[in-house]
Amino acid sequence: MGKKSDVQLIVDGKRTDGRAPEDVRPISMRLDVVSRANGSAEVSFGKTTAVAAVYGPRTLFPRFMQESDTGIIRTRYNMAPFSVVDRKSPGPDRRSTEISKVVRLALEPSIFLEDFPKATIDVYVEIIQADGSTRVTGINAASLALVAAGAPMKDMVTAVSVGKIDDTLIVDLNGTEDQNSQSDVAVAIMPRTDRITLLQMDGVLTKDEVMTVLSFAKENCHKINEQQKKLLLEKYTGE
Amino acid sequence: MENYALELIQKGTRIDERKFDQYRNIEIKTGVIGPAEGSARVRIGDTEVIVGVKMNTGTPFSDMPNDGTMMVSAEFTPLASPDFESGPPGEDAIELARLVDRSLRESKCIDFSKLVITPGVKVWSVYIDIHIINHQGNLLDAAGLAAVAALWNAYIPKYENEKIVRGEPAGKLPISFKPITITVGKVGNTLLVDPVLEEESIIDAKMSIAIRDDGKICAMQKQGHGTLEFSDVDKMIDIALKKSEELRGLI
Repeated sequence: MGKKSDVQLIVDGKRTDGRAPEDVRPISMRLDVVSRANGSAEVSFGKTTAVAAVYGPRTLFPRFMQESDTGIIRTRYNMAPFSVVDRKSPGPDRRSTEISKVVRLALEPSIFLEDFPKATIDVYVEIIQADGSTRVTGINAASLALVAAGAPMKDMVTAVSVGKIDDTLIVDLNGTEDQNSQSDVAVAIMPRTDRITLLQMDGVLTKDEVMTVLSFAKENCHKINEQQKKLLLEKYTGE
Repeated sequence: MENYALELIQKGTRIDERKFDQYRNIEIKTGVIGPAEGSARVRIGDTEVIVGVKMNTGTPFSDMPNDGTMMVSAEFTPLASPDFESGPPGEDAIELARLVDRSLRESKCIDFSKLVITPGVKVWSVYIDIHIINHQGNLLDAAGLAAVAALWNAYIPKYENEKIVRGEPAGKLPISFKPITITVGKVGNTLLVDPVLEEESIIDAKMSIAIRDDGKICAMQKQGHGTLEFSDVDKMIDIALKKSEELRGLI
């Protein structure tokens, strides 16, 4: 939470899990993990694993919530009670309520919602194991799930976390780094046009550091997006 | 109204004829609530927010046994807007409270190590409650300003025989910074501060940026339905740096 820790997090240029500052953890991505959903995906960044499922576009009930000229998107970000060391009591809390909102706003610009008035696209993100950077992992899974669901999209959404520990900028914070960081920043972009759809920063940074963090995030989002696209191409074109 | 506000912005002016980097008139009154240990009533134009600080005793977090604690809550009272409903805080109220919380916490403006009564056992808990009285746009900047003003106004009550003696100050709340949150909105290619309600509904996206006295950024959050370019963020930070000094001078 933005405090410089007493523990040294980078020793001889290596982070607690052996990575260099600019390294992302090993990423694995799978599609179609929930057979009942219109689209779904499971994404892991190291030990952090998110499952995302998309239902819809489907008619929105209750009817008074419907918008006559556009569809809407609803999201739920949720952490499983067993996903963290100290059990998290089930159900929404203040943190997950805020994250559900920012995840929705991060995904919304990528979808042609105006194509289906009165309908909703429901995106559910479950964090089944948490080791830092859960919201960005969830967004990466959700974007894959939206494509798999056949939602009409302008672009994908790709997200990554960038932070500062021991006065060094790092990519893809793990849980220990997240808790002891001087700053952490979550960024999501639409890679085709480099539009920012999510930006949350806390900790203390100068303006120059913020701008460096953002270019760092952009570069890494593009790399992660290549992996997302490769997976989709393999599935849908057999390439 | 919304279309009119948009037309005006496209013509380079605003619905209330302000400049794009100009706040509405800001009024800050502190010490307005007797029973609270600290308080402030802030008006930005017609938008009005009251923040009360209450000091209670509590147990410290197990991983920070020698620090006091802080809790920020926000109530979007139904009297403040036809869009607000009774009931538990919705996601907008929760987001606002968490953004104010982060701007205060991350700036390290409160010295929590000075809020310990018995190490590891009993500490002061600073409760910061944000009450919206009138919603005419830009609630977050008003709430952030009121929170900082209320904290600077706050005292620690006397503590005797394991009891808080209400109304008898034992000292000021240990606070050293004035983190200021500035929200910059984007409409088309125009960046503007302090949107009124009509402008808020046509904003593509906005960025809230909390800035410490030393010019360092301590929290940021993109809000709104649209997207931002990287160059927008650059310009928004510059605007926020400039405006934060101006607002800080008012507290």
